[in-house]
Amino acid sequence: MEHKRDEHACAHCCGGEYAALDRVLDEYKDVQGNLIIILQKAQEIYGYLPRDVIKRISDATGHTQAKIFGVVTFYSQFRLNPIGKYLILLCQGTACHVSGSLAVERAICEDLGVKDKETTPDNLFTLNNVACLGCCSLAPVMMIKTGDSEETYGNLTPESAVEILEGIRRKEGLA
Amino acid sequence: MNKQKYMTINGEMVAFGDEKNILEVVRKAGIDIPTLCYYSDLSIYGACRMCIVEDERGGIMTSCSTPPKDGMTIFTNTPKLNKHRRLILKMLLSSHCRECTTCVHSGNCSLQILANRFGITDVKFDKSGKAFKDEYKIDLSSKSIKRDPNKCILCGDCVRVCSETQNVGAIDFANRGWNLEVTTAFHEPLSATECVNCGQCVSVCPTAALTVKPEFDKAWDAIHDKTKRTIVQVAPAVRVALGEMFEMETGNVMPLINAALRKMGFDEVYDTSFSADLTVIEESEELLRKLRQGEKLPLFSSCCPGWVSYAENRHPDLLPQLSTCKSPMEMFSSVVKEDAVLNPQLQLDPREPYVVAVMPCTAKKYEAARDELALEGQPRTDLVLTTKELAMMIRQAGIRFNELAPEAHDLLFGMYSGAGVLFGVTGGVTEAVIRRLIADKSNRSMNNTQFLGVRGLEGVKELTVPYEGREIRIAIVSGLKNADTLIRKIKSGEIYYDFVEVMACPGGCINGGGQPIANLAGREERAEVLYADDRLSEVRHSEGNPQVKVAYDRIIKDQQHRLLHVHYGR
Amino acid sequence: MKILVGQGSCGIASGAKKTAAAFAEQIRAAEMDIPVDVTGCIGLCYLEPIVDIYDDNGQMTRYTKVTPDTAKLIFDAHIAGGVPYAPAVIPAAGQAFLDKQTRVVMKNCGAINPERIEDYIASGGYRALSKAMREMTPDQICDVVLGSDLRGRGGGGFPTGKKWVQVKRQSEPVKYVVCNADEGDPGAFMDRSIMEGDPHKMLEGMIIAGLATGAHTGYIYVRAEYPLAVHRLKIAIEQAKAHGYLGDRILGTDFSFDIHINLGAGAFVCGEGSALTASIEGQRGMPRVKPPRTVEKGLFEKPTVLNNVETFANVPEVILMGAEAFKSIGTPKNAGTKAFALTGNVNNTGLIEVPMGTTLRSVIFDIGGGVKNGKKLKAVQIGGPSGGCLTEAHLDLPLDFDSLEKVGAMIGSGGLVVMDEDTCMVSIARFFMNFTQEESCGKCVPCREGTHIMLELLDDIVEARGTRQTIETLLDLGDTICATALCGLGKTAPNPVISTITQFKDEYLAHVVDGVCPTGQCQAYRKYVVDEDRCVGCGLCRKACPVHAISGGTKRAHKIDTQICIKCNSCVGACKFDAIQIL
Repeated sequence: MEHKRDEHACAHCCGGEYAALDRVLDEYKDVQGNLIIILQKAQEIYGYLPRDVIKRISDATGHTQAKIFGVVTFYSQFRLNPIGKYLILLCQGTACHVSGSLAVERAICEDLGVKDKETTPDNLFTLNNVACLGCCSLAPVMMIKTGDSEETYGNLTPESAVEILEGIRRKEGLA
Repeated sequence: MNKQKYMTINGEMVAFGDEKNILEVVRKAGIDIPTLCYYSDLSIYGACRMCIVEDERGGIMTSCSTPPKDGMTIFTNTPKLNKHRRLILKMLLSSHCRECTTCVHSGNCSLQILANRFGITDVKFDKSGKAFKDEYKIDLSSKSIKRDPNKCILCGDCVRVCSETQNVGAIDFANRGWNLEVTTAFHEPLSATECVNCGQCVSVCPTAALTVKPEFDKAWDAIHDKTKRTIVQVAPAVRVALGEMFEMETGNVMPLINAALRKMGFDEVYDTSFSADLTVIEESEELLRKLRQGEKLPLFSSCCPGWVSYAENRHPDLLPQLSTCKSPMEMFSSVVKEDAVLNPQLQLDPREPYVVAVMPCTAKKYEAARDELALEGQPRTDLVLTTKELAMMIRQAGIRFNELAPEAHDLLFGMYSGAGVLFGVTGGVTEAVIRRLIADKSNRSMNNTQFLGVRGLEGVKELTVPYEGREIRIAIVSGLKNADTLIRKIKSGEIYYDFVEVMACPGGCINGGGQPIANLAGREERAEVLYADDRLSEVRHSEGNPQVKVAYDRIIKDQQHRLLHVHYGR
Repeated sequence: MKILVGQGSCGIASGAKKTAAAFAEQIRAAEMDIPVDVTGCIGLCYLEPIVDIYDDNGQMTRYTKVTPDTAKLIFDAHIAGGVPYAPAVIPAAGQAFLDKQTRVVMKNCGAINPERIEDYIASGGYRALSKAMREMTPDQICDVVLGSDLRGRGGGGFPTGKKWVQVKRQSEPVKYVVCNADEGDPGAFMDRSIMEGDPHKMLEGMIIAGLATGAHTGYIYVRAEYPLAVHRLKIAIEQAKAHGYLGDRILGTDFSFDIHINLGAGAFVCGEGSALTASIEGQRGMPRVKPPRTVEKGLFEKPTVLNNVETFANVPEVILMGAEAFKSIGTPKNAGTKAFALTGNVNNTGLIEVPMGTTLRSVIFDIGGGVKNGKKLKAVQIGGPSGGCLTEAHLDLPLDFDSLEKVGAMIGSGGLVVMDEDTCMVSIARFFMNFTQEESCGKCVPCREGTHIMLELLDDIVEARGTRQTIETLLDLGDTICATALCGLGKTAPNPVISTITQFKDEYLAHVVDGVCPTGQCQAYRKYVVDEDRCVGCGLCRKACPVHAISGGTKRAHKIDTQICIKCNSCVGACKFDAIQIL
């Protein structure tokens, strides 16, 4: 796993892919309370926060890497590993819980063979349990995000959730 | 004049002044409020919740974070508080490492002491059968510090000292909730971080999550190795703190250390203050040369390895301005081993010398292993032990330290001037250099250097000393955060100095990471002991140490550069 | 004629964009010129997508659950034919849901286009700001807010005016106004709806707060999970600047005020004031000890007004109607309305706004239409993970800060989750404890260690290992955590457990003493047995059992060894004769 991450890291530095990050750093490096904003923008650029990116942010802002690591691991939004093409945000809020989100989670986990925060070996899906998507009246709910779109699915059952994943696999020509 | 303010603590009126929180007032009133995360030097964190007190309406507050108010009534020991404290301790213990019997801090662990004090006898809550298990890997990568997160109670003292006092920030909190931990960026080994090995985190750690990396086994091996001649040097600051670990008042226990080291089996017992005299001579020369030749100043002292690492990490552009003088420890080892090669006939013992340094410092372990300091590919200092490790060895040997008869050092490397011994406290290097520079070497003149503004434990001191018709501007700084602030001002041109003495630990080596922990008052006492050692010395300035001349004539000769100097960052 | 399609997050999630597109398509095909406009959430989430059609005479017809197919039918009947399409018109219950509310804060939600400042101004927007600027001194503004008894809607219920006065009083020249829009309570979405449906209202409230306290910079800390709210806030800020309500020299006066948006990065604890400011500062969101309080040293160590979205959105109304008129809504010391997110096992789910002091009965039965599927009401969880649960006995309790506090619950952010008779209260307590312990920042011992231990103890009960002592230990831990945790969230973390034990002690005892989960929800308490009369001894269940817990000879009734059985349900699926019973 470690090795894989480094390969990713290398792709950025060798490809000179810091240009977008450097623009962000230029804009925000002297702004009061900049760190989380910079990290959010960096994650938008890379999809996650590779180590070399954190190092670069550290060098530019003067926040130590340990501090940045602390901030990154505190907030559930930040990721240290790349995610699959489809990010499943499965709501575990109160309304969804009362309406059976656990059974939905079990079905998804079984179907994908992953647990919360894990990515399928084919890099197609990443599962993320989230606290509340705020669509409580549609409970149970999940949101599936890709790079450029997001789709919310409500009133899920274990069966319908799996069917939705199947549909995506079909679309990707993998089923 | 302000009216005297009072508060009522457990029914008794207690006067208070400018104490910043109730906790300080209560402690002054003689009541030991339990805490696991309070250090007056650091910011208030308020995480352990042990220092709670109750007001007259039954309200509960943490005394560390609440300022005292005139007319306030509080109780420190009520059934409610007792219940909460016991339960909080039990909560902490339920997830804490259970290896007390083999723990290096057993008997000296804040958590264990409080658990005993509050009579905690069982620590299990649930029935799931989940007992504590070692989840975290022990990090032994650092030359100086052993990190065992299984013993961490997340009080954050280390995190705060590392960033607030030292501006290093090698460790920080990561994750949150039940998964909260203190760790390095990406869980890297500590050796791969910007850690400067100062060991201040070790000093403040209430448990054994951060300890000095123990190396006493190597010392015993060397002592019992028939082919080795074990030579031990003891740094100035060790003598003022070791006694505290044997329930003695703070005082100079060097004569007892000499006796103990011999009883343990060391062959020759010396004093690093001797080589501090060499450092003074070399460093004074360097400063004068730079002044005369108009080279870039200030000259920064370089005898503190924590500071050297910090400069390498954060201010590499300053490295050319670091003094090229090796630290006293390294000068000592260089010279002693060189003597064995050059003058075999003069040695007491023909065996291969093995040099052990007893230091107040964890970073010295790192320094001793630095490639730059090796000669002919071999380190000159073979092993560094901290004050705490020496205490352990004394106990292991069954020596009753406080009952020992005082003994003197061996010659020739055991003789030192009062100037040399001052190295153990912030400002000491500067004071020793000033004594070297001034022309009048009378005892009175030497005595008067203390009034130049070099003494005292403030983090930053400034002074000017007249020299040959000009003024030498000097700053003395301890604590790396203070150093960093000063350096930024120097770089920006806001201030100018000719010489800057930097010690990584606040107060200097007396408060080093290898020492037992001391609060400000304790540090002041330790400093006083060193000042007394200086006052009582026959010779008060470095070049007055007669053995220094012997060393130059017999050993150093024209090898000054090789033996006594080093260039970092090349 | 005008068509308004409700496009809040849940409207969009229900397909409102496709519905709007369907209308647009029909109109284009018919070569007509009728605008299809966007509006926010009206709160009738269970009937989304919702479409309002305004006839030229101003008459509005509201359609619900409008799919693209229905849209075509509505188009044909109503827009082309001029006759409302009755099958899709809002049902009576839905209308009642709306009629029984008092909408003050959310009166524009679902009525105006939130992405157009002109709509807001036309509905009376920014009049409060201009009144405050031209006719009132900062002291007078504070006085009105103080006199209105407006209390913080974020949970604590601290008097808003008092907070403003304290900030105003600070001598430090730099001050901040911070809006807490980090609605992290799982089951609450009032603030999101306000931001999506009427973003200018809270902006106006923030600007007035700045005017009153002498602050010139505002920050909105909003959850990154609310992309639509962020999008609309950004539009609103730009438009307000363009119209001179925000930025330099507002409305030509000397007063300048700027607003920044900070995205919350996903941590429930950042709803706590000092954690929120730490997060805006770019730090880990760990609460700090107080004093100093946020009004003295808040964001960047400066005096800070910190209120939530709903509170700020109340401010323009308070200024316009005056303190006395505002106080006439609600109950004494609990003035105004409160928005609630009504979810769970209730017929009409959605967002409602009622006067403070409205009874729970009125909310659940009159507005919510009662419990789903004709089941019995068991409990209502109010205030999310910090709150408590109410039962039938509390149906006539007025919902306001003080009444709820008396029964050990709290309004919290305003989540109301209705639970029917099939809900196991131990599992619910476990659910909340799991949430709080996952969201604990971990700083103080009672919260970090204590909530985790409480969760393990609840696991003990749910997984059939509990004893009476387990319940006692839970209460004991709860007491210490409430008394000693560092921040408000820690102090309230045990509430759901304490409150369910208080209200449903028998249900807990049934688990630990009788070995039964009365609702049958806790799997560990289920027992699988073979009905010997039905079993034909075919052996299918025996073959299906993954742990070999079933034995029996051919054509003889089988037996399940409950000691070995892992309650996986495989045998139930395998049996063709319905012979496996779950007790």
